[in-house]
Amino acid sequence: MSFISYLINGISLGSVYAIIALGYTMVYGIAKMLNFAHGDVIMVGGFTIFFAVSMQGLPPVAGILLAVVLCTLLGITIEYIAYRPLRQAASSLAVLITAIGVSYFLQNMALLIFGANTKAFTSVVTVPAIKLAEGQIMISGETIVTIISCIIIMIGLTLFINKTRAGQAMLAVSEDKGAAQLMGINVNGTISLTFAIGSALAAIAGMLLCSAYPSLTPYTGSMPGIKAFVAAVFGGIGSIPGALIGGIVLGIIEILGKAYISSQMADAIVFLVLIVVLLVKPTGILGKKIQEKV
Amino acid sequence: MKKKVVSLLLAASLVTAMLSGCGNSGSSDAGTESAGTEEEADDAQQTQTDASNAEEGSDETPAEGSGETYKIGAIGPATGGAAVYGIAVQNGADLAIKEINEAGGINGSMIEYNFQDDECDNEKSVNAYNTLKDWGMQILVGSTTSGCSIAVSAESANDNLFQLTPSGSSVDCIKNDNVFQVCFTDPNQGVGAAQYIGSNGVAEKVAVIYDSSDVYSSGIYEKFAGEAANQPFEIVSSEAFTADNKTDFSVQLQKAKDAGAELIFLPIYYTEASLILTQANAMGYEPEFFGCDGLDGILNVENFDTALAEGVMLLTPFAADAEDEATKSFVSAYEAAYGDTPNQFAADAYDAVYIIKAAIEQSGAAPTDSASDICDKLKAAMTEISVDGLTGEAMSWEAGGAVNKAPKAMEIVDGNYSLIQ
Repeated sequence: MSFISYLINGISLGSVYAIIALGYTMVYGIAKMLNFAHGDVIMVGGFTIFFAVSMQGLPPVAGILLAVVLCTLLGITIEYIAYRPLRQAASSLAVLITAIGVSYFLQNMALLIFGANTKAFTSVVTVPAIKLAEGQIMISGETIVTIISCIIIMIGLTLFINKTRAGQAMLAVSEDKGAAQLMGINVNGTISLTFAIGSALAAIAGMLLCSAYPSLTPYTGSMPGIKAFVAAVFGGIGSIPGALIGGIVLGIIEILGKAYISSQMADAIVFLVLIVVLLVKPTGILGKKIQEKV
Repeated sequence: MKKKVVSLLLAASLVTAMLSGCGNSGSSDAGTESAGTEEEADDAQQTQTDASNAEEGSDETPAEGSGETYKIGAIGPATGGAAVYGIAVQNGADLAIKEINEAGGINGSMIEYNFQDDECDNEKSVNAYNTLKDWGMQILVGSTTSGCSIAVSAESANDNLFQLTPSGSSVDCIKNDNVFQVCFTDPNQGVGAAQYIGSNGVAEKVAVIYDSSDVYSSGIYEKFAGEAANQPFEIVSSEAFTADNKTDFSVQLQKAKDAGAELIFLPIYYTEASLILTQANAMGYEPEFFGCDGLDGILNVENFDTALAEGVMLLTPFAADAEDEATKSFVSAYEAAYGDTPNQFAADAYDAVYIIKAAIEQSGAAPTDSASDICDKLKAAMTEISVDGLTGEAMSWEAGGAVNKAPKAMEIVDGNYSLIQ
């Protein structure tokens, strides 16, 4: 029975990783850069919901919408100010370092504005928990919502990319930026759109992460961000189904490792698995055939 | 802003040094050397002290060192990341000294007090110590933090100067025989917790969740596990977490639940504890929770549902909301004087001064004695006295420097800490 509980917890944690990993993987697939500030956008989303719902008493839905809008704007702004000027001129390394800089900037701004004290996040999920097997297994409302959101987002993104013109434009940009531009695609606009979607997902991930693990500090996003990056690489960076599989597998490994091997080695196990996977399959689980597809 | 204030102070002290310090060549030397540069903050601080010395020298008739007063120095981080602790120590000791002086001093002699900032930096703490020694310090209350206390104790042992650290909880702080502690050593908390749970029959099956990446937490856990073997309860599950993985406790809680634990011992800080309480509640698991002084503060986590903390027990030397008379009068005096609610560190420092008073009265050390003579007398007296303070009743000391006191067990009732009788 405990095993099933662990498995459910693992899938729940993995679903959060998967949603965060989507942001990494989309931006990487299209802009060919690692947006290390992604984890901190999650934190901004969490704080937005915290202040809107817990402090101002807005309804949760309004808080989530506000967070999505704010994070989307933040993502577009970061891209416009920090990454776009470097895209043509500098090496990809410069953009990477800038992303790390943006990450620290966001953390320290949050530290300045909100302070270092931990804030207890009130869950915005009102779905009741399900009890199975005479109460031995309990699936919390957060878990249900997280898993369902993850599935909906995955289906929605796949449809968006395959069925809409904007999605097709993203595919084209990811294949070849220069050629896409020649074909009349607005490359900068497409990349902005990618950041917008990635950051909106970050806001939702922030909501789910903070609801499931209700503590909010300026560093809330950094460790899940790194884990999700691992998940993205694990599944094959640039691949959307890869992010899903990578995230969920990672979550399950982390929880089962904690449960059956050692609770203090959980992170070591996660990163060890990453190393092994990369040694065996350097492009990640789904990254073999088409490395740079969205 | 702070820099401005500091530089104003510096300027003021320079002027005073020049006006009143003609007789004191040392201070004017220091004054000209440190022409207000930021790097020489330590020198500057020294100037400040010298200047105030000189000022006092001219105001009062007895010259420096004529010894009508006990000179107690204190060290702690008044600026920087640990400033909360240092300021608390500074104020706590200040309050106690003022009270003692108003009540007629120790054996009729007043206490002079000087506090130096160490920014929680070992080297600066030693500098602060030297500054205080130049001032004529006979007894040291400090340092506030463990690392600094260890660094300073190497110096004070050389000088044979009596040192009483209010809050340096590491075992290494009291390695030298001239150093004593007011607070528990970390491991003692683990032993105390195990004994409390055992002797009061709080639970039979106990689970532990601790932070293996933190010295405080793992130190308490090891001693707790060691002592548990002698107690009538069983540790059915002990699970760790690390600083990088401290948001998801579902596995640790599930294991405790599966093992049938009635009580979870949390030798951790309140931030993680608040998460554990929330997640246990979400799981529908309702054991009792028991913690150490790290849990003190759990009621102040912003937006935390304090109803979840109801019934949580903790061993802590001091809680400002406690209802006993001594604590209440201390808290109101402290709030009136410094506009802030005192924490455990303030209470430790306050007790430290009263402990020194008791030791002086016991030994008959006179203010005219040298620091080394006072130290020898106090060292002997420390093992003989028993002090009732804010942080413990009937505190007594071993020659090794560790304190013996019964930890106070608090329970959270109606959103307040209350002493378990």
